[in-house]
Amino acid sequence: MMGRMAAGKSERLLNLLIMLLVQRHYVSKAKIREILYPDSGFEAFEKMFERDKEELRSLGVPIEVGTLDPLFDDEPGYRISPDDFALPDITLTPDEAAVIGVATKVWQHARLAEATTEAVRKLAAQGHDLDLGALDIVEPRLSADEPSFDVFWEATQERQAVVFDYLKPGDEEPTTRHLQPWGVARYAGRWYVVGLDTDRRAERIFRLSRVQGRARKSGRGGAYEVPPGTDVSEVARRLAPQPSTTRVELLVRRGAGHTLRVGADRVEEGVPGPDTATAWDRLVLERGSLGLADEVLGYGADVLVVSPPALRERVVGRLRAALDDRRTVTS
Amino acid sequence: MSTADRGGAPSAGAKEQVARLLTLVPYLHAHGEVRLDEAATALRVTPEQLLRDLKVLFMCGLPGGYPDDLIDVDLDALEGEDGVRSDGVIRVSNADYLARPLRLSPTEASAIIVALRALRNGAREATREVVDRALAKLETAAAEGGVTPLVDPGQDAADADQALLARRLQGAADAGRQVRLGYYVAARDEQSERVVDPRGVVPGPGQARSHLYLDAWCHSAEAPRLFRLDRIEHAEVLDTPVATAPEPPRDLADGIFAQASDVTPVTLELDPAARWIVDYYPVEVLGSGLDEDVAADAPLRVVITVADERWLTRLLLRLAPHARVVAPAAYAETFTAAAQETLSLYA
Repeated sequence: MMGRMAAGKSERLLNLLIMLLVQRHYVSKAKIREILYPDSGFEAFEKMFERDKEELRSLGVPIEVGTLDPLFDDEPGYRISPDDFALPDITLTPDEAAVIGVATKVWQHARLAEATTEAVRKLAAQGHDLDLGALDIVEPRLSADEPSFDVFWEATQERQAVVFDYLKPGDEEPTTRHLQPWGVARYAGRWYVVGLDTDRRAERIFRLSRVQGRARKSGRGGAYEVPPGTDVSEVARRLAPQPSTTRVELLVRRGAGHTLRVGADRVEEGVPGPDTATAWDRLVLERGSLGLADEVLGYGADVLVVSPPALRERVVGRLRAALDDRRTVTS
Repeated sequence: MSTADRGGAPSAGAKEQVARLLTLVPYLHAHGEVRLDEAATALRVTPEQLLRDLKVLFMCGLPGGYPDDLIDVDLDALEGEDGVRSDGVIRVSNADYLARPLRLSPTEASAIIVALRALRNGAREATREVVDRALAKLETAAAEGGVTPLVDPGQDAADADQALLARRLQGAADAGRQVRLGYYVAARDEQSERVVDPRGVVPGPGQARSHLYLDAWCHSAEAPRLFRLDRIEHAEVLDTPVATAPEPPRDLADGIFAQASDVTPVTLELDPAARWIVDYYPVEVLGSGLDEDVAADAPLRVVITVADERWLTRLLLRLAPHARVVAPAAYAETFTAAAQETLSLYA
């Protein structure tokens, strides 16, 4: 339940916002105090007003500070420019509105999921038909469980340096690193931060799950510029360890192996096959080796592994073992 | 911040309430007269909270202090003797200066842009084009506010097509319209075309929750059928109304075949390497399967419900040699024949 005090504070914050938003000129502190804080002593007012301003600013309300009259008065005044305050008009077609609705279901990260929903609420408030409730069955998939993710996310936005302890693969002890983060990228299912390592004076990439303890922002915001044209995903692809994939060649019966065909780099139709019961096609695909034998086996006599030899041997070996097993069960 | 704030209770802080009001006023401005419950659903708050927010708004206005300076809210329409009147229409006037929503904060702008990039990366060509248009508009707006998120969510983080398809199919079910489906039948490794009466989109059972299913009456099978969304090749919502009586979709929490009648229980013996299926398919674990005395690597006996023998054969091939059929014998023979036939390809 909303208590009296809290309601009073909401009113005060909103009234302050309205007062500064509707004035063309800067409003003096004295006037603000007289109208909105009439019962407060000077010190209490100073404290409350500071806090209220900060709360509005943390919502994203742009409160400007200026001088009322440069000739006589050095007391600061305040205002909110309506153009800086309001969301610019964004027109969305119905299909664009639909994908933006789906965007609210992407983050599996409480703070960013809420931020996305809030953004969509604001867009909906412009009159767009954005149904936030329609997709509750869809599960979010973009997770960021690394404790340092939030620090690097913020630092990237604020262009603020970060200090952290990092455990390199193969090392036993973490070392302290200093980085000017340029961006954060997810590659092969892992989050990385990309930036300028100021100790080594070179571009570096760090896997967030290898950051030990708390990463800390250090120094002021806006302390450096991201090199123009930086493409964080390109840097991540270039510097992150490559996921291991294998080139696989399969013979697949015509009309079968549907999901394999979807992922194939090349399909050559009507090639000679192991039997003539149907036509055969040759598929070439680039795949991680995990689970590949399972997938091929699932197609039974519709798929034959040509290469790599290791995969072929594994498939044959597993089939033989299954048939041997049968003898022990039935005998 | 109070404890309640951190707990995320929407009614907690004054700051959160102001944020809601800054969205509520433009929403009302854009939509005209809206019922309290409709506005509450659209803005994802309770009608009670919305009424409390409106009461705060009622106390605000221009700094003059005259009655005309205050924002006017018709509270009588929203409150009866026994509390909130959800069907009351919200009327707010004298608040034009709050008619536009607040700019996106840097975090909000970045969060939604990165979410859209994730959707883009995981989408098919046609969807990708739509996401690109939406992204361009939001990126332009964000750049005006000095925000350029340098975050790339990678390739596999979101499934836009499935989410949009779920939305479209659920819409067809709600509207009582037939759908033509191109569907991949995994059990037979086969493409099919059919017309269905959609009943609803539901999550799969247990660990398979992230797979969504369409429950529908299938006019080809003349029976209710479940279609996994990621195997739907294309779906066209037709103008024709559904031909069967509407029914709510089945709840799959207890397993996919719970309500089917033409199924066979098959007893399997699973080595540890094949035990993952217990989490993915509706199975019953037999005897002392969970007994502490049994060694961890001892085979586990389970009963699995099978509607289509071809599906079981494919599963057993996939698990080979870590799963064996104990009974019925006919299923064991079918599997053996399939394994021999496959092995003969390599001869």
